[in-house]
Amino acid sequence: MTMEVSDRVDGVPPSGIRRFFELAEEMDDIISLGVGEPDFSAPWSARDAAIASLERGETSYTANRGKKELREAIARHQHDAYGLDYDPDEEIIVTTGASEGIDLALRALVDPGDTVAVAQPSYVSYVPGVLFAGGEPLPVPTRAEDEFKLTREVLEDAGADEADALIYCYPNNPTGATMTGEELADVAAFCRENDLLVLADEIYAALTYEHEHTSIATLPEMRERTVVFNGFSKAYAMTGLRLGYAMGPAEAIAGMNRVHQYTMLSAPTTAQHAALDALANCDDDVADMREQYDRRRNFVLSRFAEMGIDCFEAAGAFYAFPKCPTGDSEAFAENLLQEERVAVVPGDVFGAGGEGHLRVSYATGLEDLKTAMNRIESFIS
Amino acid sequence: MSSRAEILALLRENARYSAADMARQTDLDPEEVERVIAELEDDGVVAGYQAVLDYGELDEERVRALVELNVTLDRETSYADIAERLAKFPEVEGLRLVSGDYDFDMEVEGDSMSEVSRFISEKVAPVPEITQTVTHYVMESYKERGIVFGDGDDDDRLSISP
Repeated sequence: MTMEVSDRVDGVPPSGIRRFFELAEEMDDIISLGVGEPDFSAPWSARDAAIASLERGETSYTANRGKKELREAIARHQHDAYGLDYDPDEEIIVTTGASEGIDLALRALVDPGDTVAVAQPSYVSYVPGVLFAGGEPLPVPTRAEDEFKLTREVLEDAGADEADALIYCYPNNPTGATMTGEELADVAAFCRENDLLVLADEIYAALTYEHEHTSIATLPEMRERTVVFNGFSKAYAMTGLRLGYAMGPAEAIAGMNRVHQYTMLSAPTTAQHAALDALANCDDDVADMREQYDRRRNFVLSRFAEMGIDCFEAAGAFYAFPKCPTGDSEAFAENLLQEERVAVVPGDVFGAGGEGHLRVSYATGLEDLKTAMNRIESFIS
Repeated sequence: MSSRAEILALLRENARYSAADMARQTDLDPEEVERVIAELEDDGVVAGYQAVLDYGELDEERVRALVELNVTLDRETSYADIAERLAKFPEVEGLRLVSGDYDFDMEVEGDSMSEVSRFISEKVAPVPEITQTVTHYVMESYKERGIVFGDGDDDDRLSISP
């Protein structure tokens, strides 16, 4: 018998960064600006809490939705930080990274054949997630001239008024774009008028530099049609602990929990202990990391400006998304890697709207950033 | 954060950042950065600039010792008087008045253990107010002024990741 994967899985192309990733892994001494995770370690007190939980022998499953104590802490934190109010018993679920939450929502809320508008450039998992759920992704390319923000116009141009749902991420991976409350109001109105479910990935919410983060769920009549995703990977530098959460109307969370309880059962217990500590004790650590990212962001944007490379003022996450100095971003990134040993990610792997751009992560120490930017300068001159 | 605090944070991180690099990381222009640094120097906030050395990586290893000093004060002599006298010795790299079991914590550097021992027995111990010295030689240094020593190549994240 030949083992064949299902048509559904076979139809999903491998990640666009895989070839590039393999190339980078073969080389030594590269400076990577291609990484999508913090270069910091999780705050010590959160690590210590995880260790202490292991020492106490807390290695069992938790409740499917996550430890009640943690859900309550998340509810308090989201209220204080972003003005979101969710019932920890029915409207919050703790997941294995925000990525699992997104997958759960797509599987629980999207029927086969449903159209899901995907704001692009986007995190690479959205389109495959829609496909795995049997939905049909509809790319909504955002534009460099709009600083990669969603607007009513780009939604209309893409035909999103016919879609059943919209998924987006702000602050955005890969562009570093953010949306203000006023800008989101326009998107919210469009979603209300066209009866769209909204899946709002806010994993980078704590890493917003120019203005306060606004969640679309706080806007009028949006809470009932929105599921919000967040987690501990980016703000608390806990990527490897795999802990996220989703918040939304009780029926949506109950549906997501149905999938979750048969697949993941519960998020890692040790990580939940770390997360509890992170919420209680690590505000200063987050502030320190954000300050350092902001300094690096200013540095990178300023160096691009000096080099004459066009880059909008990316104001969130830890990415800059400059225009590629040559037309073909993949060839540029490959040659930059081969000749100068600097890894960046070509923008087109993140979908429509990313072509002709490069994702440059500044989740890397300033000394390396400096060297990398000097090498990019010498490469283009 | 004030511009002074911003510049101080950057100088503490790496005093060799150029004014242009510091300007890029803040909202200041390079001239403003230089002005703030000059002001910090004039005010005595920034007292000097030094490299942080990992002596373990040097071929000619320097010997360092941390010395606990106990003193007895009299009406004419204060801690500051004793500190002033000790600080004049070029062998003394650091000197602090501390709380606890002893009075001064002194850091001494020399080319050999015998040189350091001789300095303490011949120059420090005879100071009349000093009643006791306890010398701890530094055997290995893992972190100095916030900088962890090692190969520095510990980034094992995926080179490219989503």
